[in-house]
Amino acid sequence: MVNKIWLGLIVVGFAFAAIKGDINLVTQAAFEGAATGVTVCFGLISVLVFWMGMMRMAEDAGLVKAISKLLGPVVTYLFPDVPKEHPAMGYILSNMSANLLGLGNAATPMGIKAMQELQNLNPDKETASAAMCTLLALNTASITLIPTTLIAIRLNFGSANAAEIVGSTLLATAIATMAAIIADRWYRNRTFRRTPNPPASPLTLKR
Amino acid sequence: MLGWINMISAWAVPVMIAFIPLYAFMKKVPVYESFVDGAKDGFSTAVSIIPHLVGMMVAISVFRASGALEFFVGWMGPFLEKLHVPAEILPLGILRPLTGTGSLAFTTDLIKTYGPDSMIGRIASTVQGSTDTTLYVLTVYFGAVGIRNGRYALKVGLFSDIVGFLAAIIVCLLIFG
Repeated sequence: MVNKIWLGLIVVGFAFAAIKGDINLVTQAAFEGAATGVTVCFGLISVLVFWMGMMRMAEDAGLVKAISKLLGPVVTYLFPDVPKEHPAMGYILSNMSANLLGLGNAATPMGIKAMQELQNLNPDKETASAAMCTLLALNTASITLIPTTLIAIRLNFGSANAAEIVGSTLLATAIATMAAIIADRWYRNRTFRRTPNPPASPLTLKR
Repeated sequence: MLGWINMISAWAVPVMIAFIPLYAFMKKVPVYESFVDGAKDGFSTAVSIIPHLVGMMVAISVFRASGALEFFVGWMGPFLEKLHVPAEILPLGILRPLTGTGSLAFTTDLIKTYGPDSMIGRIASTVQGSTDTTLYVLTVYFGAVGIRNGRYALKVGLFSDIVGFLAAIIVCLLIFG
């Protein structure tokens, strides 16, 4: 599906520029986009290097494991095929908590760390496991408790009650997250129907 | 309420920065070495994402610059107005899953134009706060571990974006209407 969306964006963009009679737009936009991609990655380097260092310490100290024990039941429900004691659990929880607090910068490295741990459990390294899809679903719906950035912007433009959107955001995000979990479960059951424990099953090992 | 929120968001990161090394030190972890060791992974991870992100940004940039985005927005506007959805919000619904900075800029512009306490301002804030940049999240997370086939992840992500967008509008109309 990514392939189709990616191709679609480029081809439709090309067609519109051609109809408009300004085909140069495509060249210009393509290189601008490429530059943006690299800029974003360079911005990510500092954040990723810093947080992954912090998290290695947390892992070495046993903090990641402690967190996953503390809040285990929720994650066990969402990720039934990840062993309870696995380090992935701790990172998934840190990722969720960082999202809840609206710490976007800290949430990404933790999510990536969780993905890397889930990849260790994944028998087919090029195809996403069920757990990886669930983690992604949770992150795209982005369970948010405090939309920090938005409150700051609203304050900036003289809002009488900048934080009034906390309630509406919480409600909307809860609905979106629920929809994501339900959809994820539905697809998961459909895709892995005959395999109760997806990562271990020979079906997913077809490569 | 606002005081509380500001305090939590201001303190959360500093507390973690101080607490994690302190706790690790007490557990007899060689903290600095451990930090550097983990930090190395961060660099290689960031570099491995570059091709994925460049690819995605090129496609999105071409799509936006060509005017295709504007066209689809204009085309769907009247239909949404019938559902009492302010047409001004629609571009945000399309932009949000595609680009984080783009949609944040658009939200800021809506808040600036219509005021933060207008219905459009509130809906825009809620939409921006309650959904995420699905294509970016997918690119970065799967790119970092080299997943090529994301199975149904994108479908689920886009579906929850649509639900989140509609939920934000309905919730705002109910709460602030």
